[in-house]
Formats: sequence, structure tokens, C-alpha cells
Amino acid sequence: MDGKVRVQATINGQPVEFLCEPRQSLLECLRDILGLTGTKEGCSDGNCGACSVLLNGRLVNSCLVLGVEIDGGEVTTVEGLAGPDGLHPLQQAFIDHAALQCGYCTPGMLLAAKALLDRDPDPSEERIRQWLAGNLCRCTGYDRIVRAVQDAARRMRRDADVHAEG
Amino acid sequence: MSTPRDERKPVTDEPVSLRVIGTRPPLYGAVDKVLGRAVFGADVSLPELLHGKVLRSPHAHARILSVDTRRAEGYPGVHAVVTARDLPEGAGEQFERDNTLAGDKVLYVGHPIAAIAAESPHIAEEALALIDVQYEVLPPVLDVRRAMQADAPLLHETLRTWSLAGQAASPSNVAEHLQHVKGDPEQGFAEADVIVERSFTTTMVHQGYIEPHASTALWHPDGSLTVWTCTQGAFPVREHLSSLLDLPMARIRVVPTEIGGGFGGKASSYVDVVAALLARKAGRPVKVVMGRDEVLKATGPTPGTFIRVRMGARRDGRIVAAEAELCYEAGAYPGSSVGSGADTIFACYDIPNARVDGYDVVVNKPKTSSYRAPGATPAVFAVEQVVDELAERLGIDPLDFRLLNCAREGTRRVSGQPYPRVGFAEVLQAAKAHPHYSAPLGGPNRGRGIAFGYWGNWAGQSCCTISVNADGTVSLLTGSVDVSGALTGIAMQAAEELGLELRQVQARVADTASIGYTDVSAGSRTTFGTGLAAIEAARDVIAQMRARAARLWGVPVETVSYDRVVFTTSVDPTKRLSFRELAAQLSATGGPVMGRGNVDGDVLRRGGAPGLHIADVELDPETGKVTVLRYTAVQDVGRAVHPGNVEGQIKGGVAQGIGWALYEGCFYGEDGQLLNPTLLDNKLPTAMDIPVVEPVIVEVPDPVHPYGVRGAGETPIVPVAGAIANALYRITGRRMERLPMTPAYVLERMGVI
Repeated sequence: MDGKVRVQATINGQPVEFLCEPRQSLLECLRDILGLTGTKEGCSDGNCGACSVLLNGRLVNSCLVLGVEIDGGEVTTVEGLAGPDGLHPLQQAFIDHAALQCGYCTPGMLLAAKALLDRDPDPSEERIRQWLAGNLCRCTGYDRIVRAVQDAARRMRRDADVHAEG
Repeated sequence: MSTPRDERKPVTDEPVSLRVIGTRPPLYGAVDKVLGRAVFGADVSLPELLHGKVLRSPHAHARILSVDTRRAEGYPGVHAVVTARDLPEGAGEQFERDNTLAGDKVLYVGHPIAAIAAESPHIAEEALALIDVQYEVLPPVLDVRRAMQADAPLLHETLRTWSLAGQAASPSNVAEHLQHVKGDPEQGFAEADVIVERSFTTTMVHQGYIEPHASTALWHPDGSLTVWTCTQGAFPVREHLSSLLDLPMARIRVVPTEIGGGFGGKASSYVDVVAALLARKAGRPVKVVMGRDEVLKATGPTPGTFIRVRMGARRDGRIVAAEAELCYEAGAYPGSSVGSGADTIFACYDIPNARVDGYDVVVNKPKTSSYRAPGATPAVFAVEQVVDELAERLGIDPLDFRLLNCAREGTRRVSGQPYPRVGFAEVLQAAKAHPHYSAPLGGPNRGRGIAFGYWGNWAGQSCCTISVNADGTVSLLTGSVDVSGALTGIAMQAAEELGLELRQVQARVADTASIGYTDVSAGSRTTFGTGLAAIEAARDVIAQMRARAARLWGVPVETVSYDRVVFTTSVDPTKRLSFRELAAQLSATGGPVMGRGNVDGDVLRRGGAPGLHIADVELDPETGKVTVLRYTAVQDVGRAVHPGNVEGQIKGGVAQGIGWALYEGCFYGEDGQLLNPTLLDNKLPTAMDIPVVEPVIVEVPDPVHPYGVRGAGETPIVPVAGAIANALYRITGRRMERLPMTPAYVLERMGVI
């Protein structure tokens, strides 16, 4: 255990405590220590976005964050998107719009889209494209991903309205 | 039982009302993927797992004088160190062996030399620095034309050129010179009123799959081996392991994981043998995951090329002669895609007199691998600009010129074979009728270009089994890896044959111990070739179930038929059983029913898919930046089994083509160092760079497939660079003779810099 650091954090709403080496990235901690392999490694230098997660509500490349940095923080990964009632509207929209092919970029893409919709429930197409420009997809040509995010935004606004009225 | 191979005839079914084919169900595995539960290569985990890292050459060309691993072996946490000496003596083909772990020489920056298994990837990486390799550095050769010169540094002292004349006497970097001749090219050029000749160079480009290669090896106490790997083909990986480890195929089980993109690059095996060697030496399972820099330095790229094209046409618009010289970089070992480049370059046209010369040339860069329609994109970039120029010189609309000269059924290709029915003309007519072709450009510095491309189907060999369950559902297994939804398209064909809903068919990709040999998912073959296996397996199921119904009813089997709704007999019209009702009675009528399909699709006459692309681009004359504004891709897909999936292939292929056309490339320094080994500098298109691509599906059924399916996945990348180049010509008045067409290159062609 020499040289390892104890980290306490909330991951996908659950309190988590683990030991990691100071040099281990958040991506490594999620995948190799906590078994949350939904977050993907594509480059480990912050250029592909496959490892995108939310840290304290902010979109980050988990390969560029050290595991020790999340101490006391909150992390959301793809495993934390679906709720007790089923898929998150973004997940459902990605399936409905065939916005994934190989699916490797999908977890990061979903988290990036969630971070956008958390800030702007009704983004323009241009804003969606700008926001997702840090997440590479090699299969789809992107336009179905953009459509899926637009559709999910519509569904989420509608659900919010229903809640507000209810 | 299934039909014996020699009796299997190409079938063209009577048109039936299709219930599954042509619909757009969600793809198998999509829910797992959005939940983050799909298991990709690096997601495999086992008890006692160790992590492997590979030591790679820092030199592009060097003799290895010595490799001393002793210090690394003693490093705390290290469990095994392997080099080429750990490969069984004499096992495998020499080049395959040397590219797995270098022997006497390293031939590119990134060439594997040794590997280490340790408790963590970090420890393995630290220990790599303790391996002492002594080199005698040699001058590298990096350019295909330089490598062809007699005084160029030689990569392999044993390599001698193969050609139609046999094998040359002296060593060379040219592994092969191939040639196709049709008619009398000299005579043809003598008849031409207009002749255009141009030369083009293109840079190596990487496939750019987002998932790096990853392989996990586990040896069992009985000496057998299991390997989990992200690959386009589990069986070729098994064969590779068997050959290099000198192990019987039956003792190796390769389990293909989900695959995070491949595009041809995962048709090659890089770290599977290394993981197996490490695991054997360490006595524990080992996982090797490549880093992005390793992927870019040591895997995949498609060849850089030099291509010269000369074509002649008569005043009446007929192309009468053509010749092409294609020089392709194979990378460090022979085997570039020059063969399919040569096969494709004039494939869209009916040309009476033509000659094609192709050269497969080794250079000090990574061994190239397939990339989506391998070899075709550079060839079509070249030929489509020459065709465009001919049309312009003759004053004929470029689409009309292509219609005048396009290949038709029976046209003999320059490479020899006559075409079966292929929708060349139908695609051109659909493009001409599309509103995009006549729409206004809507602004200055804008241009529209078109290009025509073709990619032939490889059918290959495939296996599929279908087991009938007592509740009327079926379980389908195939050896084809599910690249981008192919599994769904395969299962849809089985469901159609069986008269079932797709949700009653559960399809899975099997490992190599659970199904018969199946070729890689590549070559636009999977939905076509493995689809044929699925259809055969489904027909086998129906034949067996007809026999069960006959037994139940006490009637001759010939009288029992199945119309994809109910089994009936002509003997007694009151007897009727649905698939589900009969499935429930299998146990009592002879036991389980399992259908099999094992096909060699290459005995069938070979078709393919032509595509015509229309690109509108805008050029910023100050910066040279090119923006693609509108894009339409018209393609003959035979029959779209899953139209949404076909459209996805077209959109994705065009996106890759745009990157290749405008900025992607592997750029090397004079010393052979890769200058852009990150995705920051090796830029792939982002959501900001790709317009909405409009796919236009044309369906001219392929006569050899029961539903008319053609392979659709590769054609979409083929015409893109050519269409964009022709659009840029309309703006600049300059032909683009180099890929990628970077802002600096475009400005250079315009004479601005």
C-alpha cells in the first residue's frame, strides 16, 4: 500500500472510497480500480473525448484528471445516466436515431451532451456541434448524434414542463 | 441438410412481400452500448491479470546488434520479458514474424522489439526503459518513388521483384509489379482527339478507429490458449497465433470482443502474439492495450501513393484509351493495396484499350493495412480529375460524360472480368435527377464537383448456425464480427427466411471454438456473404422442420410446405402448424433442430457497388480553408437490408473521406519519425467539420443474392477526395495533384504562396 493515497468521492450518486497511486488518472481509477469500464480510453492525451465524465457537474476528460483530484468531489459516468425508470432521454434518443455504430465514443458523447443540456436545455444545432467538437466519432459522420441530442433536449423540456405543471 | 457446395446455385427468388428486410430495427447491442456495458477489447478483466507494454524502435531503419533484457527482468513487479527469441524457432512466415517482434532489423519507428508483463502498465512502462538495445542506424527510405530507384537503401536483402516475367535476380524494394492490359492502348491513344495526363501523390492516412488495439491472453493448464481481442476477424487471429506459436488451431480459442471501429485496420493482428508469449512466460493472464501513439506509429495506415494517369477520348465523347501507373507504399513489408487500386482505377468505365501497371513498394514506415475500400480512394482521386478534365476539354457536362462512358453489364474490366448486372448507369441517372445537381451554389468562392467510384464485393467464407428453441424463438450464431450493425443485417435475412419477427431471433457473434471458419468482417462482404450463410442456415432449419411436420402428420415430406406463416401439407388442408407450434413439438419428434450455413461466396459471380458523389465546397481565398457545404452520395446497394444502417455507412464513409481529402495524413520527418503521433496533430473530422450528408439509395438487385444485397460499406469513401478536388477546380481553375488538400497546398496551387 506504500505510496497509495486514499480518495473519497461520490460516483454516480454512491459514496466511494478507494486507494490509488498519485500518478493514476481518473480514467484509470474508474476503469481499473472501480471496474467502471463504460468510460473509454481513446488517446489518454485529451484529444478524443472518449473518456469524458462529469466532475462536479463540469465536463472533463478523465484521462487528464488525476484520481487524487476527485477527493471530496462528485463524478458522473455513463453508468450513472440511466435511472430507476429506465434509460436517460439521451440514451433513448441515441438508440432511436441510430446515433451510434461501433459505440466506442458513445459513453463520452452522452456525457458531453448531458453537460450541454444541463446548461442549455434548448441549444441550437451550431451550439451542439461546437460543444461536441471535443468528442471524436469515426463511424457516424455526426449528424445523427446532433439529431439525437436535439430530440433528447425536446423530450427533456417536455418532461420538465410536465413536472412543472404537475 | 444443406445443399452440397457444387450443387449450390445462385438463386434469384421470385419477388415476395418482405416483412423484415427493408425495415429499420434498433441494432443488437445498442442498449448495452448506451449503458456502457458493452465489453470492448480493453474492458476484459481476469483474476491475476498482468499488463503488457511493448518496446518499440526509435529508428526508422537500423540493424539490431544486441538486446539485453536482464535489468528489466529484475525490476520489481515485472513478471516476464519477451523478444523475438521467445517465438518458436522457424514458426511462421518470416515477414509476419519480424513484424510481430523484430529479428535482425527494425524497419520503422515503432517497430516492436520486446515486451514486458508487469503488475501494472506503469511498472511495465518503467521497465521498458531498462532494456538495452544496441543499434547500427541505417539510412531510411520514406518515399515510394525514391524507394524504387536502384540506389535506394534496401529494406530486405532477400526481396526480389515478382512480375509476370517471374522473379527478378537482384534484390529491390519493389515486391511486385503487376500489369493489366486490355485491347491496344497505343492504337487507342492514336485515335484520341483529346489526351490528358497528370500525376498525383497522396500521403499515408490512418484508419483512425477510436478504440486502440487490445488483447488479453490466458493459457490453460492443458496447454490450450484463450485470447480476447478486438478484431475484425477472430479466425484470422487464430491462424496467426497458430502459425507464430506453432500451436494446433483447435487448441486456440479466440473470443472477439465488441470492436470500437476498425475500417480495415483491425483485420491485422498486432499484439495478440505478444500477449500470448508474455502470458506463457509469466504463467498468468496478460492484457496488452496499445496507446494512441503506438496505434498511429505502428498499426494500420493506408499506403501513400504516386499515381500517373493518362486518358484519351474522341470528339464524340467516348473514352478510347487509358493507362495508369500506380506506385503504392506497402510500408515495411510487402502487401500494399496496389492490387485493388489497380483493379478499381478504371472500374467505372467501359474503356476499349487500357494498361495498368502497379508496384508494391516497401519503405521505412509501418506495414500498411486495409482501409475501407483499400487502395481505391487515391486511384479514384486521380482518375476522376482526369475524367473531369477530359469532359471539360470536350465541352460535355461531367455527368453526361460519365454516362456516355460508364461500364455496363458484360463490360470487361481492364483487370479481366466482365461485369454482372451493376447499376452504374442507374446511379448516374439518379444523381442527374437529384435537385442537388442543378441547385444554385448560392455564393462566391463556391464550387461543385462530382466523382464516380466503385468497390467490388468480396464474398469470402462464412458460417452460421440457427438453433430452434421450444418457444419458437431461434438462436443464431455467426463467426462474423459485428462491425457497425452487420450482425443485425445478417439476422434480418434469417428472420425473413424463417417468417419470424426480428425480436424472435437472437443473434450473437461466436468465438472460434463455437462456429466454423469465417473470414474477417471486411471487403463489403459481411451483410452479403454471411447473409448468404444465414439464409442457407434458415433454409436448412425449414427443411428439417418440414420433415418433422411430415412425421407428425404421417404424410410425405414433399407434400409439406412453409409459406413463412404456416406449415401445411397438400395431402390434408386441415393440417396447419405455425413455426411456433411446430417448434414446441420438436422434442417429441426427433429432438433439436439446428440449421447450418457454411458458404464460400467467392464461387459466385462477383458484383459490387458504384457510387456517384456531389460535393459543394467553399474556399476562403485568404486562408485556403475549404468547407464542405453540401454533400450528396448516390449509391447502388442492391437491396438495403437495413436502410438506416446503409445510410449510416454512407454518412460515416463520406466523413472519413472528407478528412482524408482535406487534412488527415501521417507526416514523417526525413529521419522517418512520425511527426504527428497524436489526435491533436493527426486531425480527424469533428462535428464542426462534417455537413449533413444526404445518402441516396439506388437498388439494382445483385442477381447472385436471394434478396439482391450488395456490400455497401466501403464505396462511400471512394469518390470523396475526387469530388472535392473537382469542386475546388471550379473555384481555383487548378487541378489538385496532392492529398491532403491542406489550406497551404490549395494556396500554393493558386499561386498565392
